[in-house]
Order: sequence, then structure tokens, then C-alpha cells
Amino acid sequence: MPRGGQSRISIVINGDRVEVPAGITVAAALFNLGITALRMSVSGEPRGPVCAMGVCFECRVTIDSRPHQRACLTAAVDGMHIQTASTS
Amino acid sequence: MSQRPDAVVIGAGIVGASCAEALARAGRRVLILDSSFAGGGTTAAGMGHLVAMDDSPAQLALTAYSGKLWTELVPDLPGNIEYEPCGTLWVAEDEEQLVAVREKQRTYAEFGIEAETLSPTQLAEAEPHLRPGLSGALRVPGDGVIYPPNAALALVQRAIANGAQLREGTRVDAIGPREVLVGRERISCDCVINACGAEAAQLTTGLPIVPRKGHLVITDRYPGFCHHQLVELGYLTSAHTMNAESVAFNVQPRATGQLLIGSSRELVGWDGTVNRAIVRRMLDRALDFMPGLALTSAIRTWTGFRPATPDKLPLIGAWEDTPGLWIAAGHEGLGITTSLGTGQLIADLIVGATPAIDPAPFAPARVHATAGVS
Repeated sequence: MPRGGQSRISIVINGDRVEVPAGITVAAALFNLGITALRMSVSGEPRGPVCAMGVCFECRVTIDSRPHQRACLTAAVDGMHIQTASTS
Repeated sequence: MSQRPDAVVIGAGIVGASCAEALARAGRRVLILDSSFAGGGTTAAGMGHLVAMDDSPAQLALTAYSGKLWTELVPDLPGNIEYEPCGTLWVAEDEEQLVAVREKQRTYAEFGIEAETLSPTQLAEAEPHLRPGLSGALRVPGDGVIYPPNAALALVQRAIANGAQLREGTRVDAIGPREVLVGRERISCDCVINACGAEAAQLTTGLPIVPRKGHLVITDRYPGFCHHQLVELGYLTSAHTMNAESVAFNVQPRATGQLLIGSSRELVGWDGTVNRAIVRRMLDRALDFMPGLALTSAIRTWTGFRPATPDKLPLIGAWEDTPGLWIAAGHEGLGITTSLGTGQLIADLIVGATPAIDPAPFAPARVHATAGVS
């Protein structure tokens, strides 16, 4: 669904380089790619965004080697590396 | 309990749980009463550091003995006690503290406690997140970490397996000669053990036990951030000196990958609210030793009340003012470690067995010896 004129940036998600619209949040970028399980609970269950406004802390991912960053509050920037928990 | 109990243990914190376990194991019919629920008070607020501590020879004797009992017992306890044999690093900031580290090592050796001095390089290799420039550390490999509320529950369960009964939500109103009063109910027995921790003096007038407030902060999960329980050598000063308030660097890796950050001490009565100023001091102290903590997320802060005594030793033994009454309280910040030694000591004294360590330094009678001195 390309839109004319919207600039795009390049980020790395779980080792794969992808292009996403500039200004998108990390959580939205992940959702657009079909990645909804962003972290694992202590008991090993997949977790994803619930509130999308920074309150529930369920969307935490590792961004540029810093763990537990809230994907919903973080704007993607060019060259950012994002690691979600492995659900396999 | 249809039968009259031999012993009533008041307080199902880890100390009361251990007393109940040891007495039930010795064949006594035990009734455990707790005003709230087992393991829910000071026990649940603590770090769960199993540590040999040498503030005094008696303290070292009790912590060393208790540590040995923990090592023997842990294989028989459930996995949810989260035992980690991580050891302790006593961190020295300067050469003066390094001298103290070497003294500490000699003291521990006399008690058969293994310990080794780490050079600054060895310390940096062992814990890369500590700041550069530290003078070294004493590593005590036999120390460890447990999750205290589950450990208390496990001890209660072992007591129950030996015939003990637990009544939670049962507040004792008074202790009499060989009896306790719960509302209109009078429970008679051979002996009563006051194991009410910081609240023990509310049931036994004259016990010199006051609540000494502490704060803990827990972070999100950062597995591998540190590997030992880390304590600054100055911690002993913070714990020993009865100042109005003090903080010390004390960080613990949990089995979940979380980090527990302490510690603070305050004498403010029963005010359990979070004191942001002292939390700030406590975290600044932690950041001074481990700058990388600044990038971690703290997810919760809470407070608890250590049962503090004037001479920094617990009260373990008979309380002569009331026939049949025994005290097992006043363990300050060492109750998780010393619970097992305390329980065994109480049980040995009650059944007339010879205790493994000298009980004299812990005798509550020492309170009377100093009474009247102001």
C-alpha cells in the first residue's frame, strides 16, 4: 500500500532489514509485519501490546541492545536494531 | 487441633516456621498461629541473602551454623524457593577496606568458612558492571540466595508433615503462663514461642525490639547483569551503627534475571511509606558502584521492618518473666539466614538437647542484666 510522497526509513528487525514509513512507532512497524508476540513472560508465554500507550509494559523489546524498551512509545529511526523475544 | 498442643508458635514468618519445623521434627505437637498469613510479613519484604556475617563472634557462629543447615536442607526443599549458590562479594573501595577484607578472610577461616580475596583485576572479571578502580573484594562462595516467602512456606509444610497445625488470620491477644489468648479462646500448652519479629514486643512487654525500616527496589529482568550478591564492605557499619538513617550498596541477582537493589535503614516507627529521599540516596550509592544500573528499569519499590535489637543479636531462649514462654525474635536483617539456626536452637533448648552452638549470647535474660542502666 505505497503512498506517494511518504518518506521511508530502513530498520533491522530480528536481523532482517526492512523499510518502514518514517515516523512510525516500533510497535506499529512490528504489527505491520505480522509480528505480534514481542516478548516472553516469566513463565514463557508470548506477550504483545495491550494498551499501546505506555502503561501495560507488555510490548517491551530490545532496541539497539537496550532491553525492555516499550515498542509503542518508541519512534522508529533509520538504522535502528530491534530484537523481539523468540517465540519458537 | 483436637489434642492440646505441646508448643504454640506465634508468628509464621521464616523464624517461627523454622521453630515449628524443628519442634515438630523433635516429636512435639505444634500449633502455629499467624495474625495474617505465613511468610507474609518481614519475611516477604527481605532480600533472601544467606550470608555469613561477622559483626560479632556470636553473630558469625549463628550465621555459619545456619548456613550449614541451609546447605543440608536445600536439596529437600521445593524448587520454588529459588536457591542460587551465587556467593557473596564484599567489595572494597580503597586500600583501607582491603585491609579489612583480609581481616575478614582470617576471621571466616577460623570458623571454617571458605573465602578468597579477589584482586581488582579478578573483581572486574567476576563482575564487569562494577565501576573500575575498586580495590578488590572478598568472595564467600558458600553464601547464597533464596526466595524467603516460599522458603517459609516450605518450612511450614515440613512442620505440617510432622503433625503441626497452621491457623492463619488468627491474632493472639495475650500470652499467659503456658497459654495464649485468642479472643475468648484460651489455648493451653507446655510452651509458647513468641516469633513475632518486629512486632514481638507488642505481645511481650520489655522486649527491646524496634522496627528498623528498609527499602528494596527490584528491576526488570537483565539475566547475567551480575553473578554474585554484591555488598560494599561498609554495609557492616550501616547495619551495626544505630543511626537514624543509613544506606549501603547491596545488589542481588534473582533467578528470574531481576536485580534486587538495597539497602536502607531508618528508625521511623511503623511508617511503611516509601521515602523517596532515602530511595534516591540508596540508588545513588548503587549507581556509584554499578553505573550500568542507570540503564535498567526499576519496576517496584517496597519497604519492610527489620526487628532490631540494641546489641545486634537476636533474642533466642526462655523469657523468665512468663513460665513456658520462649522468645525467637529480633533478627534484624539476618532473619532469613539465621532462621534455621534459631529454630534448631529453640528446639534443642526446649527438648533438653545440647545445642550445636553456645546459646548464651542470644539468651533473652541479657535484657534484664542491662535493665535499669540508662
